[in-house]
Amino acid sequence: MRITCPICGARDRREFYYQGAAVALDRPLPEAGAQAWDDYLHNRDNPAGPTRELWQHEAGCGAWLVVARDTATHEMLGAELAMTAREGA
Amino acid sequence: MRLSRGGLIDRDRTLRFSFDGRGYEGFAGDTLASALLANGVRLMGRSFKYHRPRGVMTAGSEEPNALVTAGTGGRQEPNLRATMLELHEGVAARSQNAWPSLDWDALALNDLFAPFFGAGFYYKTFMWPRGFWEKVYEPLIRRAAGLGALSGAHDAVIYEKAHAHCDLLVIGAGPAGLMAARDAARAGADVIVADEDSVPGGRLNAETEAVAGKPGHVWAREMAAELAAMDNVRLMTRTTVTGAYDQGSYGALERLPADVAARPGAPRECFWRIVARRTVLAAGALERPVAFAGNDRPGIMMAGAVRAYVNRWAVAPGRCVVVFGNNDGAHRTASDLLAAGVHVAALIDSRADARCDLDVPFHPGARVCGSRGRKALEAVEVAFASGRRDKIQADCLAVSGGWNPTVHLACHMGRRPEWDDGIAAFVPRAGMVPGMWTAGACAGAMSTHDCFRSGAEAARGALDDLGLKAPAAPAPPRAEEAPYRIAPLWQVPGKGRAWLDFLNDVTVKDVALAARENFRSVEHMKRYTTQGMAPDQGKNSNVNALAVLADATGRTIAETGTTTFRPPYVPVPIAAMGAGAQGQGFAPRRLTTSHTASQAMGAPMIEAGLWFRPSFFPRAGESHWRQSCDREVAHVRQAVGVTDVSTLGKIDIQGADAGRFLDFVYTNTFSTLKAGRVRYGLMLREDGHVMDDGTTARLGADHYVMTTTTAAAGQVMRHLEFVHQCLCPGWDLSMISVTEQWAQFAVAGPKSRALLDTVLDAPIDGDAWPFMACGPVRVGGVDARLFRISFSGEHAYELAVPVRYGESLFGQLVARAEDMGGGAYGMEALNVLRLEKGLLTHAELHGRTTAFDLGLERMLSPKKDCIGKAAAARPGLTDPARERLVGLKPVGAIKQLTAGAHLFDEADAATRENARGYVTSAAFSPTLGHAIALGFLSHGPERHGDMVRMVDHLRGIETLCEVTPPTFFDPDGGRARD
Repeated sequence: MRITCPICGARDRREFYYQGAAVALDRPLPEAGAQAWDDYLHNRDNPAGPTRELWQHEAGCGAWLVVARDTATHEMLGAELAMTAREGA
Repeated sequence: MRLSRGGLIDRDRTLRFSFDGRGYEGFAGDTLASALLANGVRLMGRSFKYHRPRGVMTAGSEEPNALVTAGTGGRQEPNLRATMLELHEGVAARSQNAWPSLDWDALALNDLFAPFFGAGFYYKTFMWPRGFWEKVYEPLIRRAAGLGALSGAHDAVIYEKAHAHCDLLVIGAGPAGLMAARDAARAGADVIVADEDSVPGGRLNAETEAVAGKPGHVWAREMAAELAAMDNVRLMTRTTVTGAYDQGSYGALERLPADVAARPGAPRECFWRIVARRTVLAAGALERPVAFAGNDRPGIMMAGAVRAYVNRWAVAPGRCVVVFGNNDGAHRTASDLLAAGVHVAALIDSRADARCDLDVPFHPGARVCGSRGRKALEAVEVAFASGRRDKIQADCLAVSGGWNPTVHLACHMGRRPEWDDGIAAFVPRAGMVPGMWTAGACAGAMSTHDCFRSGAEAARGALDDLGLKAPAAPAPPRAEEAPYRIAPLWQVPGKGRAWLDFLNDVTVKDVALAARENFRSVEHMKRYTTQGMAPDQGKNSNVNALAVLADATGRTIAETGTTTFRPPYVPVPIAAMGAGAQGQGFAPRRLTTSHTASQAMGAPMIEAGLWFRPSFFPRAGESHWRQSCDREVAHVRQAVGVTDVSTLGKIDIQGADAGRFLDFVYTNTFSTLKAGRVRYGLMLREDGHVMDDGTTARLGADHYVMTTTTAAAGQVMRHLEFVHQCLCPGWDLSMISVTEQWAQFAVAGPKSRALLDTVLDAPIDGDAWPFMACGPVRVGGVDARLFRISFSGEHAYELAVPVRYGESLFGQLVARAEDMGGGAYGMEALNVLRLEKGLLTHAELHGRTTAFDLGLERMLSPKKDCIGKAAAARPGLTDPARERLVGLKPVGAIKQLTAGAHLFDEADAATRENARGYVTSAAFSPTLGHAIALGFLSHGPERHGDMVRMVDHLRGIETLCEVTPPTFFDPDGGRARD
């Protein structure tokens, strides 16, 4: 599997660290309540199809990326810097 | 036997080899299989289950029968296909799965009981008694059924792994692959051509046809030479592409020629990871057998293999050959045999309308329905079109049931091929693997002319896609253009077992039984019968088996569908995939600047993550690590000790928002810290549990240096980058790991300042350097950093210098310490010192503990948000009944405390449901004169002074303990501040 880092170009997935769903970008406010925090921390979809995930180019430039890919076809739909991307954007 | 002329072998180079201990001779260019056939050896193996005698069936990597073992001890290699083993001087091969010998195999007895050993036999039979499966049945079955074995010795063979990139990967160097590679290379593409054979050319090396007016193999050799001479082409022979993966990644196994692999330090095989922008799959096709009774007897071979042995290796697989087929390839086989002077006893064509213009006994509409012979074929039984049955004497039967395009790699990403009635085979669909074109026989092109044409077309498509302008490519060369003409024939009905999967001994009857027992899905049938699960992965049998299943279930083959194609295409040694990752190659080694000096002092090194750190520094007269450790602890408590703390993570954080950022990632506040001061910080995960702790120093208004634990340095760095880039991207902040840039040493003990004054360019004093101060100093003219922090509870410092001065500084510090009655101390003493003070390591910060559990809840600042704060407030994480940090000391007759032991109330039985907590760290404290431990105990802080029982079930130790506060020594911390 290969991910195209917006800074470094197409690289093997071994250079990347996988974090999980891009939900982690949407940190609730401290007072958002137990349900919001529970959803943020623990509840994840398991889509067969397009998904947005956070990966870090740990063995490269260190950038955190929002990677869109299709879990059914393995297609890479795109990767953008997390610094400028927002969940759902 | 060897033919007197012809073949692509070098008759001037005779090679000696042995098989099962007997010596033979062959020629350079032979495979083990061709050389054995040339010597009249036809029995080459025994089948997996029934121990049936077997001979070579194919001439390629799909060979199911002729599996051998070569080499001994650490160089023993089992399950080599004799068809792929290039003959070299002195190769000693042995047969497998036979005892006492290949010729007289005692377990051939199994064959007599075959009526009982049908599909599902094991599932149905060995059910009872239950305990017998593991102890009796399975070991017996494993002994009886088998393939080659490893020697048990450590693998002495060297393997290699490598990476490659290209514009176009061409898989297969037959006519289609060579044509695609030629056109792509001439257009300037960076091309890799991989072919599993030792010689490029594919079927052109096995046939007699002409290309561009010259013998096909000559054309292939010239084309390969032209390609190899181009700078933008890498021609890889002996390289099997084994798998197609995401985004143009491919795995490939390269076998090195024996003479190269024999050189000192040279690998036997190399596993390649190839990244290709585009791919042309030109993997050819595999011929399939026909299922008839006794179709597994040695001497029964694929017709295409017979042609290969005759034309390429100048070997006649028999003296008297019968050819049987359902397509025109059978006629070509008979023709080649006649041309080589081999007697053809009959040409049997299942097509009633077939014509023949060869001078051989020709039987259209007839079928081979049985075979005779013991360990080799003696006669075939034929059912003629008229209904008459007769025997024909033959020692070789060449069979062709048609060709299956080698679609495997096209299917590796989960898409299924489609059925093509025209050639009665599965062919790839377009776009099964993104970026891959298929060409040649694997795409259903069955003549050389069509292979050339489709190879050129595939190259054009790939070049267009790459945006490369193809110059007007010359037309493909003139080549054979005969039609294929096939009438499907899967099985010949009749009594007796008709084999489908030769390796796993699966017969037509087994598949029919599976269908009767309602394992009708092809995937269920496969698992019930083990069809296609042998090392050849069904290459010779899957299509036939599902044709039989389709017939048994009243469906078409297209409706029945295929099983899933998975990598690898051929067996790949794990040792090749993991090449280099053993011994020191398993993980990188990180060494501190004091490593050499520590080893010179005799210190045993222990691993801390990837780092190596000294356990203790033994001195003359010390015979046990505890003696060294106790002395080193006393040095620090009474004089001065020196230890290397460079392994701790160091993260340099700068920017206007650096303080604000630290407030967000730490539970406590750092923005208020004064420049020139250090503070202990606690870091949580977002789920409210402790991630790490450490000190962070403020070097300037916008400049901090964070220290992490050795173990969590990478995790913390990643976490900080995550928080910055993902949660507060706009903040003015940048950070970098400087762990490798600074060598840092702790100097601890009452005489630590006196020692430092001997190495610093200017002495320091207590007023300017109070506890938790930090700042720049100079050591021998070098800019350094000094931190007055303590992990031992003593008056202590950490001195950091650029890493190139580390070795020198360590030597000086240790020498001065020894002069002052102290010395270097290692991890054991460091651990005792911190335990006496109740300071934490990852034994306590093990991922399931909270600040509340650790008694650090007051470090959660109420004035600000921080990572983990919301989750840490959840009711379950602040329950007083949680297991919380305590100290323990022994009070009974038993004085031993052990980490990992469990805690129980005095009156309770030591059973799991009564457990109240556990011990995380334990050591003998030479300062206090007894064992001490840290642990977690339910309601811990409320129980100081209580008695609990520590029980270590594993080591059989039970100790009565008093619960104490976690700090055993100098609880008010005066020694560090003085």
